[in-house]
Amino acid sequence: MSSDMTRSADKTLDKTPAETPETTTGGRIYRPLTDIVETDDGVTLMLEMPGVAAEDVNVTLEKRVLTVRGKVHIRTPEKLQLAYAEYGEGDFERAFTLSDDFDPDRIGAEVGNGVLTLTLPRAAEAQPRKIAVKGA
Amino acid sequence: MYYPTYARRSDPFALMRSMLRDFDPFTPTGITQPVFPAVNVWESDDAVAITTELPGIDPADIDISVKDNVLTLSGERKAPQVPEGARWHRNERSFGRFTRAIRLPFAASDDKVEARMVHGVLRIVVGRPEEDKPKKIEIKAA
Repeated sequence: MSSDMTRSADKTLDKTPAETPETTTGGRIYRPLTDIVETDDGVTLMLEMPGVAAEDVNVTLEKRVLTVRGKVHIRTPEKLQLAYAEYGEGDFERAFTLSDDFDPDRIGAEVGNGVLTLTLPRAAEAQPRKIAVKGA
Repeated sequence: MYYPTYARRSDPFALMRSMLRDFDPFTPTGITQPVFPAVNVWESDDAVAITTELPGIDPADIDISVKDNVLTLSGERKAPQVPEGARWHRNERSFGRFTRAIRLPFAASDDKVEARMVHGVLRIVVGRPEEDKPKKIEIKAA
């Protein structure tokens, strides 16, 4: 049905609010969309946090829980008034429970174009070792 | 038609809602692909600004063009480079080409469009042409 199509064309993907207690200021906290890829060396997380500068990212690892927070500085354009809004702005927050075998000192974090990339190398003793099987 | 929700007295609007659902021809039945990117539009007497969140997109991969009163934003979200043999645990982000046309309240000229990308947020400012700006009319004393 054509009306279905016109309606769906107006729908934008909503940002998901984070499952955190509400803020004192009433601002919203969003859950960054995340891609997680695992290789033999470790795990890489890519989190979408548009509007967050490198210095406003806070990554903590405590008792296997990796928490990522990103602060957005909402800049209201001068002399301009919001006429139409499809997305909301707010800080980002998300936490992941990790398995034990990561080296907390070697976690790498990098922000580029609004995407935070976290690299978690596996601890040396936890690297999978291939055991050669000898023929009898 | 029988509306089973009506039996639940605790929700006085249940019947109304279930009837509206029957009449609403637009309720999407399948999963519809949402429009990307979402935009916020700002306005003043001098200009219109469009902000949009484009995380992970290289500014070089974004095309902005203006024709008359339509601004077209297109580009490509490239999938991240992953080493061979990598296993995906989660894939929440999406990738591919996108295009979106936004109608402006006036016909803009190319030289009055300015775009800037900071931390994955794109901001396009389109200046309003002189002849379109509101004019203040002086009231003369009699």
